[in-house]
Amino acid sequence: MPRPEDCLFTKTHEWVYREGDEALIGISDFAQQELGDIVYVNLGEAGRSLKTGDQLGEIESVKAVAEVYAPVSGSVVAVNAALADSPEKVNKDPYGDGWLARIKLSSLGELDGMMNFAAYSKHMADEGH
Amino acid sequence: MAGDAAGNVPIKRTPLYEKHRALGAKIVPFAGYEMPVRYAGDIEEHLAVRQRAGLFDVSHMGEFEIRGPGADAFVDFVSPSRLSALPYGKIAYSGLTTDQGTFVDDILAYHLGERHYMFVVNASNKDKDFAWLRSHAAGFDVQLDDLSDETALIAFQGPLARGLVAPLAEGFDALAVPYYHLAEGRLAGRPARFSRTGYTGEQGFEIFLSNADAPHAWDALLEAGAAHGVVPAGLGARDTLRLEAALPLYGNDIDDTITVLEAGLDFIVDWDKERFLGREALLAQRSAGPARRRVGFEVRGPGIARHGQAVLVDGQPAGFVASGSIAPALGKAIGMAYVPATAGGLGRELEIDVRGRRVPAVVVEMPFYRRPKAKKSA
Repeated sequence: MPRPEDCLFTKTHEWVYREGDEALIGISDFAQQELGDIVYVNLGEAGRSLKTGDQLGEIESVKAVAEVYAPVSGSVVAVNAALADSPEKVNKDPYGDGWLARIKLSSLGELDGMMNFAAYSKHMADEGH
Repeated sequence: MAGDAAGNVPIKRTPLYEKHRALGAKIVPFAGYEMPVRYAGDIEEHLAVRQRAGLFDVSHMGEFEIRGPGADAFVDFVSPSRLSALPYGKIAYSGLTTDQGTFVDDILAYHLGERHYMFVVNASNKDKDFAWLRSHAAGFDVQLDDLSDETALIAFQGPLARGLVAPLAEGFDALAVPYYHLAEGRLAGRPARFSRTGYTGEQGFEIFLSNADAPHAWDALLEAGAAHGVVPAGLGARDTLRLEAALPLYGNDIDDTITVLEAGLDFIVDWDKERFLGREALLAQRSAGPARRRVGFEVRGPGIARHGQAVLVDGQPAGFVASGSIAPALGKAIGMAYVPATAGGLGRELEIDVRGRRVPAVVVEMPFYRRPKAKKSA
C-alpha cells in the first residue's frame, strides 16, 4: 500500500504510485476531504487506452461530482471494483483501499514532470489550502 | 480531478463563524457568507438530525419587519396567502409572487402583533426581496425594516430538539408551543424568539437572537446536547434533509420562472382574496391547468441526478431536474423535477440525462421521507 510520500501528484489532485511498468492511481486525501462523503464512483471498464488528461472516471459525493483525469498515459489494467459497492473507501483510505485504477504506463518519462508529495504540499499551501 | 471552484467575492461572516472554525467546519462561500458546509461529514450529520438532533447556523437568512396602518393590506397584496388572518404568533409558509404568479422568493411569514409582521427570506434573495417590497409599498402606509444584519438564527432540529430546548428556555413552556407558532422568552438567559419551524422534516425550533447573544446560545445548546449525540450540522446536511422532506429550495425548485401552481404549492393561495400580485395569472393557470408540474422521483439506475440535468419522457427531452442528491436516510438517489403534467403520474418511468448517460428513474410520492409519528406518552 503506497504512502503519500511515495506517490507523485497532479495539480488536479490525482496521485500515481509506480510499480515497475504499471502505476496505481487514486485521489489525494485533500481531494476526498474537499468532496465530502463519496457515494458513487464510476471508473468505466478496464482495457481502455488513455492519454494524460483524458477522463478516467467520475466520483460523486453528496454535494458534488468530480471528474477524475488520467494522470499518465497508458492502458487501464484494472479498476477498483470494490468501490462500486463501497465508494466510502475513497474517503476512508484514499491511498490504500480507495485506489481507483491500475494503468500500464506507455511512457515512464511522463512521471518526470510530476510533483512529489513535498512539492504537492507546497503547491497546496501556495493555493491557500 | 476537477470540481466546483470557489469564487473570490467580498464576503460576510455570521456571529457564529469563529464557533464553526473551532469545530473544524469546512467553510464555503454561500449567498455572500462564509458558511459551514460540513463538520464531521454530510451523511453523519444528516443521520444525526434524523435520529437525534443537529444544530445549524442559518444566520445568513434575511429578516424583515413590516408594520404600520397599511401592514395588513400590504402583506395580503405581496403574497398569495391571507397573512392578515393569521392569529398573533402564528406562522405561515408563503411566497412573494410576481404578477406572473412566479416566485420572487418563498418566505416564512410571522404575524407578530397588530399590524406587525416579520418575513424570513432566503439569504441569496434578501436584497432583491427588500427592494421588491419597497417598490410595491407605495400607497400602503407601511414601514419596512431590514433586520437581517443584526439578527442571528439558529435552527435546532431533530427528535430530541424540543426536549433539549425546554430546560434552557425561560418565560414559556417550550414543549407547549404548537407547530408553526412563535414564542418569546429567553434561551440560556438571553432574549430569544422561538419558532416551531424548520427545513429538515423534523421537529424543532428556529431561534432568533441578537448577534451578540448567538454564540452563548449556540454553546448552551451544543453543551446540552453533547451527551445525547447532538452535533453541529452544515449546509450540506441541511440540503439533503430538506430534499428528503421535498421542501423547495429557491434557485433550484422554485424561481421567478416557475409559478406557485407548477410547484404544487397551491395551498399558499387564498383564492378568495380579491387582490394580490399574480392573482390573474394564477387564476388563468388554475382554470387551464399548469402545463408542467413538480414531481418527486427515485433514480433506479447507477448514478445521481443533479440540478439542471434533462429529464426524458418516452425518450424525448421534456423537463429538467430541479434538485437531486443521494438521500442518506433512504439509501437511494432521489430528486425533484419539472415534467409535463401529463407525465407526472405516480409510477411514471422517466430517464435522466446524467452527463450523457441515460439513467432510469420513476415518479414517486413526496415527501420522500416522513418522520415517524411520535409515540403518545401516558
